[in-house]
Amino acid sequence: MTKKILLLLTAFLFVLAVSCKQLTEKITPQAPNDDQTLDGPIEGLSTAEKRQFLAGDAAFNGEVFFAATGLGPYFVATSCGSCHAVDGKGHPFTTLTRFGQSDTLGNTYLDQGAPQLQNRAIPGFTPEHIPAGASSAKFMPPANTGLGFLESLTDAQLLANEDPLDANADGISGRANYVHAPDYFIAQSYHQSKNGKYVGRFGKKAAAVDLEHQTVNAYNQDMGITSEYSPLEPAINGLTFPYFDNVPDPEVSGTTVNNVVFYLRALKAPVQRNPYDGDVLAGKQLFLDLKCSSCHTPQWTIQQSRIPALVGKTFHPYTDLLLHDMGPGLDDGYTEGTALTYEWKTPALWGLGLSQKSQGGGYFLLHDGRATSIQQAIELHGGEAQPSKVQFSNLSGSDKGKLIKFLESL
Amino acid sequence: MRNIVLLLFIFLQFTAVAQVDSSLFRRIQKKDSTLKMNVDAVYSRPFLQLGKTPVALGGYVEANSNYMVTNGKTEGLSFQMRRLTIFLSSSIGKRIKFLSEIEFEDGTKEINIEFAAVDIELHPLLNVRGGVIMNPIGSFNQNHDGPKWEFIDRPISATTIIPSTWSNVGFGLWGKYAKNKWAIAYEAYLTNGFDERIINNAQNRTWIPASKLNPERFEESSNGVPLTTLKTAVRHRKIGELGVSWMGGVYNKFEDDGIELDKKRRIDLFAVDFNTRIKNKTYINTEWVWAFVDVPETFSQQFGNKQRGGFLDIVYPVLHRTILGFENATFNVAARLEYADYNVGTFNETGGNIRDDIYAIVPGISFRPYPQTVIRANYRYHWQTDLLGNPAVRTAGFQFGFSSYF
Repeated sequence: MTKKILLLLTAFLFVLAVSCKQLTEKITPQAPNDDQTLDGPIEGLSTAEKRQFLAGDAAFNGEVFFAATGLGPYFVATSCGSCHAVDGKGHPFTTLTRFGQSDTLGNTYLDQGAPQLQNRAIPGFTPEHIPAGASSAKFMPPANTGLGFLESLTDAQLLANEDPLDANADGISGRANYVHAPDYFIAQSYHQSKNGKYVGRFGKKAAAVDLEHQTVNAYNQDMGITSEYSPLEPAINGLTFPYFDNVPDPEVSGTTVNNVVFYLRALKAPVQRNPYDGDVLAGKQLFLDLKCSSCHTPQWTIQQSRIPALVGKTFHPYTDLLLHDMGPGLDDGYTEGTALTYEWKTPALWGLGLSQKSQGGGYFLLHDGRATSIQQAIELHGGEAQPSKVQFSNLSGSDKGKLIKFLESL
Repeated sequence: MRNIVLLLFIFLQFTAVAQVDSSLFRRIQKKDSTLKMNVDAVYSRPFLQLGKTPVALGGYVEANSNYMVTNGKTEGLSFQMRRLTIFLSSSIGKRIKFLSEIEFEDGTKEINIEFAAVDIELHPLLNVRGGVIMNPIGSFNQNHDGPKWEFIDRPISATTIIPSTWSNVGFGLWGKYAKNKWAIAYEAYLTNGFDERIINNAQNRTWIPASKLNPERFEESSNGVPLTTLKTAVRHRKIGELGVSWMGGVYNKFEDDGIELDKKRRIDLFAVDFNTRIKNKTYINTEWVWAFVDVPETFSQQFGNKQRGGFLDIVYPVLHRTILGFENATFNVAARLEYADYNVGTFNETGGNIRDDIYAIVPGISFRPYPQTVIRANYRYHWQTDLLGNPAVRTAGFQFGFSSYF
């Protein structure tokens, strides 16, 4: 009897070992297809770059700040990943508020905690509030996907699409937002300055020059984390001087900031789903016919980059990174840099169809997440986009569906 | 640390001697025939008596292999030395007992005194207990020894909402009364408690176990307000045991050096546990917990003020006979269903449900050559959803291991 059981057990273990791989594949969760996710590195990174990408990934998605490690005391979020779940767009829960600037002359509330509202605080502290009379706007966290591609475009490439006076009379007058670069910014050969300012390309108003600028600001203004790039805690209203907490500064190392910047630079571009589907192709044609592509530029090619693997890559972000008049409906009365209050940087459309996977199953689109569907987002366009919006409204239900299906495929 | 290693060394020396002279250690025969309850768990363990001294030794060890895949990615196969726990008990007198439990987790990554208390029996219904005690919240915290379970991982809710093993310095009373088919027990303790780590931690959520990281909790209370733990349980020989427990207190440092820092913020946990054996065969064990934490409104909603969770274990003995030469061996099939929601509530911004939850199903088989030893294999599948409700991160894999009293 014992022998029989031993024999059966041995046979069972043998069969188990032989079928282990197939068995494991069948009863463990499989990786989603590459076109279903926004995270992951670009192809062609060197081993050293891969290591830095992983270190940046760990800091971005794994490092959570709390009071004992320097969080706040005034903050918006506790980690990078809190606002950019799975590297996608944010959720109204993580929307941040900026205030204090209503024209191109600058922010007049800097001594009252502007530009960013720290609406949360660690226990024992009272969060910041918007001062009476200050204009404000809410900003929905964008997806991180493909940021390195956008950063690699030269200023000359972007400026070639500028038409501030609408010289070609097409109704589209994109222009760059020139902003003051931070002290630590080191201009590259492809950056062009104008009156000491540089072309901004990140942020809703294109107020950040590059990913380092964006990242350092996010650590400081979103989480209240000091770094060697930004050594002071964020100022808040009611306090003349920045509050110093009991955690030694800098609260995050320069290496960590650099790793996170590299992580953002090396994130892959979203992969379009069903690009050859008949409706998707028809929707793409409608997108071009309605001249949506005048601002949402479909294609770019990288001429030079800090990441060798990106050089020569052609990609499809559907943005020109320029400011456009979006009409009074989207004018919140707040602005940054030389942008006007009704001007917004064209957001990239790639990854749009995966937004629901990072926004909790719904859509929260436009700069502040006010649109809860792609169609609503289109219908809220105004200003330079007004003719395109009207043409969209005149489409048949079927054609609207095709256009939206195309956008969902991005 | 050095002292603990020295004690362990001395203990191992005795063990080595025992291998030569088996008469030095003798297994203590239990004479108590009353209905056993979770309150008895601390003494319901196999012990070896050291010669004719009043000192008894025991403990358990558990180790396993682990192969998990998360959304198609795996870290490969790992081997884990989960715990080595050493018990040391002594009958100081007929009605005064001492027991200690020292645990080495993940090798020597964590070394904890989980229990080290003196029991003074004034009456069977009135025992005084003092020292490092295990707060009797739910049943798992009291009855957590690895060899008693058919599952390699401890229940999620019992370790991440109830922070098992959760023990503190304090004093209290307990008692038990058994008659015929019924037994009833109670426990009431005042101990040191939680601290602000539960909302000041790297988990990005209200994380009650974070208070276990406070190295000073065995030395002093974080705020001077004792944590109260109350439990009562009733057992019927055929129906099973039902326990109801509450643990509550102030967790934040509301005052320091006479200066008021904040209002007093409470944490309260309520638990219900039940276990039974159907027709003397199928064993069912369940525990559910609800936690309420007063999180400052101006802090992030990521840190929830309500949590809940629980587990249901079903163990069915398929074979109970001589197997592979082991008399009275048992082969079981088992399943665990478990759930924990770390943030029960809705977003201020959207009114939508805050998720941050995890569900798991764990089927398994186990072989017990002796009641004190279990060899077990589990398949675990769990899916975890972030607070926004994005698609769940799915993890599944196999675990194989053993746990045994010694």
